[in-house]
Amino acid sequence: MNLSLENLEKQFQDRIDAGDNIEPKDWMPEKYRKTHIRQISQHAHSEIVGMLPEGNWITRAPSLRRKVALLAKVQDEAGHGLYLYSAAETLGISRDELFNQLHTGKAKYSSIFNYPAVTWADMGAIGWLVDGAAIINQVMLTRTSYGPYARAMVRICKEESFHQRQGFEIMLTLSKGTAEQKEMAQDALDRWWWPSLMMFGPTDAASTHTEQSMKWKIKRKTNDELRQQFIDITAPQAEFLGLKIPDPALQWNEERGHYDFGEINWDEFWQVVKGYGPCNKERINARVKAWDEGAWVREAALAYAEKKDSIQKAI
Amino acid sequence: MNNEWPLFEIFIRSKNGLEHRHMGSLHAADAVMAMENARDVYTRRQEGVSIWVVPSSEITASNPENNGELFAPAEDKVYRHPTFYDLPDELKHI
Ligand SMILES: [Fe+2]
Ligand SMILES: [Fe+2]
Repeated sequence: MNLSLENLEKQFQDRIDAGDNIEPKDWMPEKYRKTHIRQISQHAHSEIVGMLPEGNWITRAPSLRRKVALLAKVQDEAGHGLYLYSAAETLGISRDELFNQLHTGKAKYSSIFNYPAVTWADMGAIGWLVDGAAIINQVMLTRTSYGPYARAMVRICKEESFHQRQGFEIMLTLSKGTAEQKEMAQDALDRWWWPSLMMFGPTDAASTHTEQSMKWKIKRKTNDELRQQFIDITAPQAEFLGLKIPDPALQWNEERGHYDFGEINWDEFWQVVKGYGPCNKERINARVKAWDEGAWVREAALAYAEKKDSIQKAI
Repeated sequence: MNNEWPLFEIFIRSKNGLEHRHMGSLHAADAVMAMENARDVYTRRQEGVSIWVVPSSEITASNPENNGELFAPAEDKVYRHPTFYDLPDELKHI
C-alpha cells in the first residue's frame, strides 16, 4: 500500500464519494480537519450567543405558557452548543481554546445574533425565521460527511421544530390580536427578514469555500439553494399570517417554480460580520463576563473533585 | 495552565430492554457532576431511564489504521453464516 500524501488524499476522497462517514480517528487531510473545526465551532458559538437576545425576554414573557416555552427553547440552545463543542473537540482542539477564540473575536458566529431583540414580537420572529433558517441548514447537515457533526445535527433537528412552532404561534397570536399587536408583528418581520436571508451566507458566486465543501460533503447544498428553499417555504407562511414581507420584488415565478426576490444588502452583511453590527460588542462582552465571573466556580469544583479523589485514594 | 474539567462519555438506555447507547460527551469536574449534566443535556425529553458516565481517558479504542489486520480475518469465513449450508427447500423449521 502506498501511503504517500497524494494517495491518502485520493483514498479519502474515494471514501467520501462512496458515501462513507469520516470518524475522529480516521486519517483526514489537514484542510478537512481545519475547515471542520472552523465550521463546527462557528455553529457552536452561534447556539451559545444565540441564547442572549432571547434570554433577555424570559423574565418579561407575557404569560406563564410563553415563559416556560421560551425558557425550554433557550435551554435547548445551550444543549446544542454543547453537542457541537464536543463534536469540534473530537478534531483535537480543546474546549478552552474554542472559548478563547470566541472571546477574543478570532472565531465568528452567525451575524443574526448581532441584531437587537427590542419587542416581544421579536421572540416570535426569531423562532419563526431565525430557527426556521437554521433548520434548513441543519437538516442538510444531518447528511454531512463527518460522523460526530452529522450525529449532533440529528439530535439538534429533533429539538428544533418546537422552536419554530412556538415562534410562529407567537406571530399568529399577535397577527390575530389588536391593531397594535399586528403592527408589532409586522415590525418584527420587517426587521428580521433580511438578516434571516443573510444567515445562509454570501451568494454562491461570492462564496470562497463552497466548491471544496461540496466535494468533501461538508455542505450538501449551496448557500443560494438553501436561501431559495427558505424563501419558498416562508413566503406562504407570511401570507397566512396576513403580514407583508418587506421586499417589493418578492413574487412567485411560475416558470422557475420558485419565488423571485430582491437584492440583499451585502454591505450590511459584511459590516456586521466584521464587527460593526448593532450588538457585536454587547454580545461578546456578555459572554466574556459570564466566563470570567464563573471562573471561581469552575476552579472550586475542580479543587473539590481533586480533594475528594485524594481522600479516597488515601483510604 | 490547563484548568479544563475532564471529559466524560455519556451512555443512555432509552428504555428497559434496550442496551445503553453512546450519546456524546461532556466536561464535568467529577462523575457526580457528569451525571447531573448528562441528565440535563441528554434527557430533557424523557430520552432515558438509565445513564452511564465514563471518563473518556479510560476508554481504549482500536486504531482505524489497523482495521486491516483487525477485521480482515473475518472476511473469508462465510461458513460462519447459516446461508453457507446447502439444504433442500422442502426442509422446514431449520
Ligand atoms: Fe439550536
Ligand atoms: Fe433553535
